Amino acid sequence: MNEWMNGRMMNDKHLLFAYSHIRTFTIRYSPFAIRLLPLVFLAVFFFYPLLAIFRLSLAPQGHLDLAAPAKLVSTTYYARTLWFTTWQATVSTLLTVILAMPGAYIFARYRFPGKSLLQALTTVPFVMPTIVVAAAFNALLGPRSHLNLALMALFGLQRPPINLQHTIWIILLAHVFYNYTVVLRIVGGFWANLNPRLEEAARLLGADSWRAFWQVTLPLLAPALVAAALLVFIFCFTSFGVVLILGGPRFATLEVEIYRQTVHLFNLPLAATLSLAQITLTLAMTSVYTRLQARTARPLQLRPQQTTQRWPTTWRDRALVGGNVVFMVVLLLTPLLALAERSLWTGRGYALTNYSELFVNRRGSVFFVPPVEAVRNSLAFAALTVGLALVLGVIGAYLLADRKSRLSRWLDPIFMLPLGTSAVTLGFGYIIALDRPPLNLRTSPLLIPIAHTLVAFPFVVRAVLPVLRGIHPHLRESASVLGASPARVWREIDLPIVSRALLVGAVFAFTISMGEFGATSLIARPQMPTMPIAIYRFLGQPGALNYGQALAMSTLLMLVCAMGFLSIERFRYGEVGEF
Amino acid sequence: MKKQLCLLLAFVILTGLATACRPAAATPTPAGPRTLVLMSHDSFAVSEDVIAEFEEAHNAKVQFLPSGDAGAALNQAILSKANPLADVFFGVDNTFLSRALQAGIFEPYKPRGLENVPDELKLDPEYRLVPVDYGDVCLNYDKSYFEEKGLTPPQTLEDLTRPELKGLTVVENPATSSPGLCFLLATVGHFGESGDYTYLDFWRDMRANDVLVTEGWEDAYWGQSTWAGEGNRPIVVSYATSPAAEVYFSEGALEEPPTGNVLGDGACFRQIEFVGILKGTKNRDLAEAFIDFMLSEHFQEDIPLQMWVFPANEKAALPQVFLDFAEIPERPAVVSPEAIAKNREAWIEAWTEVVLR
Repeated sequence: MNEWMNGRMMNDKHLLFAYSHIRTFTIRYSPFAIRLLPLVFLAVFFFYPLLAIFRLSLAPQGHLDLAAPAKLVSTTYYARTLWFTTWQATVSTLLTVILAMPGAYIFARYRFPGKSLLQALTTVPFVMPTIVVAAAFNALLGPRSHLNLALMALFGLQRPPINLQHTIWIILLAHVFYNYTVVLRIVGGFWANLNPRLEEAARLLGADSWRAFWQVTLPLLAPALVAAALLVFIFCFTSFGVVLILGGPRFATLEVEIYRQTVHLFNLPLAATLSLAQITLTLAMTSVYTRLQARTARPLQLRPQQTTQRWPTTWRDRALVGGNVVFMVVLLLTPLLALAERSLWTGRGYALTNYSELFVNRRGSVFFVPPVEAVRNSLAFAALTVGLALVLGVIGAYLLADRKSRLSRWLDPIFMLPLGTSAVTLGFGYIIALDRPPLNLRTSPLLIPIAHTLVAFPFVVRAVLPVLRGIHPHLRESASVLGASPARVWREIDLPIVSRALLVGAVFAFTISMGEFGATSLIARPQMPTMPIAIYRFLGQPGALNYGQALAMSTLLMLVCAMGFLSIERFRYGEVGEF
Repeated sequence: MKKQLCLLLAFVILTGLATACRPAAATPTPAGPRTLVLMSHDSFAVSEDVIAEFEEAHNAKVQFLPSGDAGAALNQAILSKANPLADVFFGVDNTFLSRALQAGIFEPYKPRGLENVPDELKLDPEYRLVPVDYGDVCLNYDKSYFEEKGLTPPQTLEDLTRPELKGLTVVENPATSSPGLCFLLATVGHFGESGDYTYLDFWRDMRANDVLVTEGWEDAYWGQSTWAGEGNRPIVVSYATSPAAEVYFSEGALEEPPTGNVLGDGACFRQIEFVGILKGTKNRDLAEAFIDFMLSEHFQEDIPLQMWVFPANEKAALPQVFLDFAEIPERPAVVSPEAIAKNREAWIEAWTEVVLR
């Protein structure tokens, strides 16, 4: 045996030893260590900065100063703000759910041409900057819109008949516009895997279709429906841009008030108090939800989509599918098309000037953003967010799915908290908390995907959890009895069933990261401008070319996102069929 | 298949990390250039060749840290006072001056070239903050709208309350917008807080004349104006340089501005922007050099077309489009930074009560 062989054997032995070591480690300790990941992430990037800013705001001298909370109850203004915040969120959520349910139904039960493209496009609104959406609504419904001009000509009116600007109606409309996709994807995705036989059985037993839906399908859908409603509610509850820009100065949510107090008045104690109130309310809401969800969730017979979907054949089917498609196009796509159309307008005719100008650094500015770079930065942050949110979200969902543990009842509301937390509060928390090694991340580009993940990860949890709870325990038990290892059970039972929900979660993580502007605009950031940031830079200076370029960049953002959604959805868990 | 998913996930994370970490890799070696960090609001802009000149002359690298709007950026600088995020901070304006000085985050430095700056721009006698540029918040009006309707465009604040201008004006909410606050300050400076016609009387009349309030400048200008947006209001609170910018950013389509300024007595508010060295900087000499450089003619002459404001240095030559179309009001309203700091909240509160509730 020569030296070489000897050395090789030594290495192998070492490897073997190391390997067995890793194996025991993974088996014995990793489940626990892995389980801790989402908690550690939240502790470091959420609770720690939040506590730091609250401490600085409410107890600057070390002892609690209660002057600000006292001011809060001394006037009725904040109570009214809270009341408005709550009721507009409630109405927005109800409207969104009611309007999106038929859409979710046709996506779950029918096949029709252009379905995946339509699904991708319905999610695009979610990423659009509010100021751009406001411009689109104005172009379609504003005083000089074709609609208003036509109505004025038709009825001989002096003033435009449609005037939604700065009314509650435009706030509600915008909330539906933004959140439609949440219900469509989460409920539709879950619905697609529900076994239609149950409903058919009910029909056979004499129930009419309405009764079958009400008494059979709806209870089965409840977990996904409540999950989607909760997400929409929290989004509307913390609504900022929509209320500020579309709603105008007479409306204010808590989030708007927190921003005003923090940024413009620098009244940190009051801002922190309002922030705490907002967080407490979110916590209360999600606790109620957790109870509800625990009661509604039940093991289900989930079925692959191929067996649950069909082509519309009868005229009723076609009317249902067609009607909903038209509704989605009118509600969600016309504003986007209006923007795309405007981006090609140069004042003298249609041309690509606004697009070609994007590539030219006319004024030699340091802050010029080549479109390719903006797209690349946006995609890189989105990719990181998707990765982080999926890993943390799936682990989180498993933690919650274990119904026997009391832990899950506590954890669930906590996982939702980042969604209900004011971006400016958390952003300022980062400034003071993450300022020294090993966590000197204040100006690191990594802070951006981390901030995005905080918002995206609850979405993954919400998308995955109903499905995970729906997996019939018998399936796993049978697999184990037949000799499958836990890893194999996960791979062959859980993963195929969860894969569709994972895609839903991935799409939302991607969307949140691509469109997010609020939080990242409030933290100091190095020069890695994303597409929304580029859009806002253009909108910041007067002149037709700036406006045109902002719209051109917005149109690019739509295209990149739509392509992103389509390619994410191509990742199907092929072998076991599309779940 | 699972392997494929894992690979995809790994790939996604790695590409993300690789891109995200790229700039962090550029740690300066002892012999390499030093880094100067400049924190600012998001509207800051400068030409590449101007910065390159400074970097070459001082063997330095300037790193920019845009940090939100003017208020958000300043508040972050104040919050990070114990462990500053940057060496130099640009973009404190006279409405935030007192807050910035009271927070004690700036080190005094009297830069070279300050003698070329008119005295009325120097608001801090201790030179913790020195003026870099100024611009006037003014009302813009749509020239063609007034021609078509045969109306006389407004020239003063008082004109805005004329019945024939009912429903034509847009202002920004002073509680959420910097030009909105400046315009409120113009009315405070012009009408005063006491007497038989105070600023609140003016705003009461504005409300009666159907003034529209928007959240910020973007929504007012792009959303509501008759010339730039989809709206139907021909008078908007913007900047005195906006008409010139309209010509510059028209791709040669416009030879004349589509808009005019309302420049009557006290109708505008002058916004002055300052720069200062952040306390605790480890690059004091470089920071000093940079502030000298910001007041030099090369930097100052770059300001107009980048940020659409006027250079503070009187010796700086203006670009042609500024000479042709940018106007400066003769008598802008004056409100001292101390008065602003003291009454900001009360004025906004009173304004909100009168105009919105």
